[in-house]
Amino acid sequence: MSQSHRIPGKGLIDRQRPVRFTFDGKSFEGFAGDTLASALLANGERLIARSFKYHRPRGVMTAGSEDPSALVEVLEGDQQTPNVRATVQELYGGLRAQSQNRWPSLRHDLLAVNDLMAPFFSAGFYYKTFMWPRAFWEKLYEPAIRRAAGLGSLSGKHDEARYEKAFAFCDVLVIGAGPAGLMAALTAGRAGAEVILAEEDSRLGGRLLGIQPALDDRPAMDWIAQVLEELRALPNVRLMPRTTVTGAYDGGTYGALERVGLHLADPGDLPRECFWRIATRRAILCAGALERPIAHPDNDRPGVMMASGVRSYANRHGVNPGRVVLFSNNDSGLETARALTASGIEVVAYVDPRDIPVTEDFPVYARAQVVGTSGRLGLKSVQIAHRGGTSHVAARTLGLAGGWNPSVHLTCHLNGRPRWSEDLAAFVPGDGAVPGLSVAGAARGVFSTAACLADGVRVARAVLADLDLSAPDVAVPAAEDAPYAISPLWAVDAGGRAWLDFANDVTTKDVILAAQEGFQSVEHMKRYTTQGMAPDQGKNSNVGALAVLADATGQGIAQTGTTTFRPPFVPVSIAALGAGARGHGFAPRRLLTSDARSRAMGAPMIEAGLWYRPSYYPRDGEIGWRAACDREVRTVRTCVGVTEVGTLGKIDVQGPDAGQFLDLLYTNMMSTLKPGRVRYGLMLREDGHVMDDGTCARLGPDHFLITTTTAAAGLVMRHMDFVHQAFCANLNVRFISATEAWAQFAIAGPRARAVLDSLCDLPDLPFMGCTDLRIGGVPGRIFRISFSGEKGYELAVPTRYGAALFDRLLDAAEAIGGCAYGMEALNVLRIEKGFITHAEIHGRVSADDVGMGRMVSAKKDCIGKAASQRPGFTEPGRAQLVGLVPCDLGDSLSAGAHLYNEGAPATRENHQGYVTSVGPSPTLGHWLGLGFVVNGRARIGEVIRLDDGLRDKKVPVRITDPVFFDPEGGRMRG
Amino acid sequence: MRIACPCCGTRDRREFTYSGAAVLLDRPAPGADDGAWDDYLHLRDNPAGPTRDLWYHDPCGTWLEVSRNTVTHAITASRAIAGGDA
Repeated sequence: MSQSHRIPGKGLIDRQRPVRFTFDGKSFEGFAGDTLASALLANGERLIARSFKYHRPRGVMTAGSEDPSALVEVLEGDQQTPNVRATVQELYGGLRAQSQNRWPSLRHDLLAVNDLMAPFFSAGFYYKTFMWPRAFWEKLYEPAIRRAAGLGSLSGKHDEARYEKAFAFCDVLVIGAGPAGLMAALTAGRAGAEVILAEEDSRLGGRLLGIQPALDDRPAMDWIAQVLEELRALPNVRLMPRTTVTGAYDGGTYGALERVGLHLADPGDLPRECFWRIATRRAILCAGALERPIAHPDNDRPGVMMASGVRSYANRHGVNPGRVVLFSNNDSGLETARALTASGIEVVAYVDPRDIPVTEDFPVYARAQVVGTSGRLGLKSVQIAHRGGTSHVAARTLGLAGGWNPSVHLTCHLNGRPRWSEDLAAFVPGDGAVPGLSVAGAARGVFSTAACLADGVRVARAVLADLDLSAPDVAVPAAEDAPYAISPLWAVDAGGRAWLDFANDVTTKDVILAAQEGFQSVEHMKRYTTQGMAPDQGKNSNVGALAVLADATGQGIAQTGTTTFRPPFVPVSIAALGAGARGHGFAPRRLLTSDARSRAMGAPMIEAGLWYRPSYYPRDGEIGWRAACDREVRTVRTCVGVTEVGTLGKIDVQGPDAGQFLDLLYTNMMSTLKPGRVRYGLMLREDGHVMDDGTCARLGPDHFLITTTTAAAGLVMRHMDFVHQAFCANLNVRFISATEAWAQFAIAGPRARAVLDSLCDLPDLPFMGCTDLRIGGVPGRIFRISFSGEKGYELAVPTRYGAALFDRLLDAAEAIGGCAYGMEALNVLRIEKGFITHAEIHGRVSADDVGMGRMVSAKKDCIGKAASQRPGFTEPGRAQLVGLVPCDLGDSLSAGAHLYNEGAPATRENHQGYVTSVGPSPTLGHWLGLGFVVNGRARIGEVIRLDDGLRDKKVPVRITDPVFFDPEGGRMRG
Repeated sequence: MRIACPCCGTRDRREFTYSGAAVLLDRPAPGADDGAWDDYLHLRDNPAGPTRDLWYHDPCGTWLEVSRNTVTHAITASRAIAGGDA
């Protein structure tokens, strides 16, 4: 029968809106307002899951996100989300869910054999078993354990759904919209503070929704509606339902996970989840309290729940639990029994270890305990031990009321520890554990409805005073104010396994075993038994477990202490945390102005930092990079090539003291540079190593433009800002990054001039000269510099003209037999000339190591000057830049290979150097390499061995001068 | 974590780049001996408590000296190294 377990006329569900869904392929009906858990319960389905280790049948245990057992997979298209709590998943039309961690089916799970083998799977079993034979561990045991471990499974497909991240700012963040939170938000809202009220549930009201007490003699839902109406009307109050505050961080920052689209059949454009970072001046934690179970034998069957969960499902979802037994050690449990009975639910036994009066409207077993249950796939009967003996009571639901744990978790996120309260038999927040966070209501250990309402107002008033805001009058509705009396009962001492941690299948026997084996500290017990290490972070098992441990070690609970809590309070999907960063969203892509043209020409693009640069430009018939690269190098050396070099950092430096400032940054003199001239320069780090190399162009008496290597542009800018602000803030100089402002192209080769003459009025520029010019009607700059070693120019125009200029340059070049060239050819050309890049200046070389010792001017100080002269840098034995040529001209070389003397084994002691750059040179007809060799400059001509351990390649090479081609530089100077 | 930039106001930590201890501001004078340079470059205290850091605000290019407590993470002061207070 459909929805066989509904109570007519009860619940906040909308019976006018039935909702169909499937679970394990079977179709069911629920109502709008149901969760998956409440709908399944209403349909009489109690078996929901199989437990982690023993594959025991499990069901719904709670009515909240703390549920340790009711974890299912939700299917969406061909995707699936594992480990979804059925108690949180809102029902929507067409929802498809399935159980997990069982094979072949939920009712018949073969892995339940683990339960029979339970004595072998006690705490720490993997430290004592699967040890022999050793070889079997990697091949057999570990793979088998891995396959068996875990709960849900992934689809294996990329998650292409939308997620978002967002930021919010406020004066007061109220965490939780139960009685304390609603009053706090009302108080702060009326005072005019910017308030965010975040509530995990889909509806606001907290515990009031499950209990529905009378407030001011009115139904609770009426009072809640009135408060929400006022809060919604306040422009300074923002309500955020379905939003769990997941963590407290430094500086009043809180993380929160909002379930935006997970409850909708068709979310449309909405993201599934949004992860919020909320920066607030003050926060009030009104997260309430969670009921804990009592550990008794077989307390984990489907149908065993928290008493408050039974009540919540009845009041909020109209679910009839059938015959109910309640096992409670406190007055709250007794009150629940009374309330259930008053709503027409059949309470067949109330079991309490205390000596309480027996005069109730339901059978009371005082000074009694539950000592067992039966019903493997669903509770059938409860075994009660009392003064008269043992009774078996037939029941469908067993509600456990072991007391209440204030939800202190967020107060521990910054290394605070909670305080044990003997009166409440619970942990309460330690004071001031999180700066700016106050705690109100049940989260603080205040349990009656009246006390929670008043506490919300009181704490909010104190917070407002802190913020210098005047607190308004807030009337607190009248409500029940019953005292909370509890007599702790952590575990029933009877035969059989009693569960503490349902999520990780940890029993009282495991905790006692841990203590026996010497793991007596609560931190050790936790890791040895895995209690509290499941995604529920031990929300309903921590206190019970440490009570059992305290008993086993003979220490009190206060002395045993507790482990801490860390964010997140509930599991957060990686997709939500990293929203927007999938695929190309991970990092910005920086594109050259010639990018579209290069791609259209079929150039493969490679990443240089965040930039994309063309690797080579393949022509018809050319397979692979080598053919194109050889052709491009030859064309540059014999005709002309064009490439875009605008990725290099450009920094515009101006002011009367600009030259003096640059003298401090560069090793060589820049203040002596004449306007219209360019000089190559080195910058050192303060520890004497080379930081970057580049060109410095003087455009006018007070105007310089310097370049940096592509990947170091930001680093150099930061460095320049530091030197200026720290050491010479009084200098009259200003500088700014101009990298994106100018598109820049290299036109290189003997016929470079011809290309440029066809496009502009090119003046006669000396080598290393620069000037402004106009090209195609736009202002530009031209620099006669060369990274190829051929006669070359670099032409800069404002970026918006770059694409058009590249087209013109390329057309002009191709018309006379030239071509575009990419990074591969660029690299070969510069290696042929011995020009270094950051492959050589990799952060551990000095100026002298790369043969530029004379560039460190003796006439002035510069950053890094002093450290570059320390003994370790000047003594012999340093690895120096050299060229490398294979002895057999047909051999290729590997970058990253190491160098050893001929005949010497490849050991650390014999290490002579390493190879930094290599390339096949069509100009010379063989491979070339650059690298560093100990005392390299004194060993020109020597033959050593290149040893590439990765590719098992050994190549004899000769040490040469690093400049292989045109050492006098006549080609570029002409 | 948020840091107050004198130019831009209090901004999220992600806008800043950390650069080390504020002792980097006390550059040895030219001619100082190797020991002084070695201390300046390589020797650092590692306090559990107040420390002074150098942070760079990437959007505006301002370098800051930030007084921070390594135990509580509280930031007590923040000033531009070129002079002026946050």
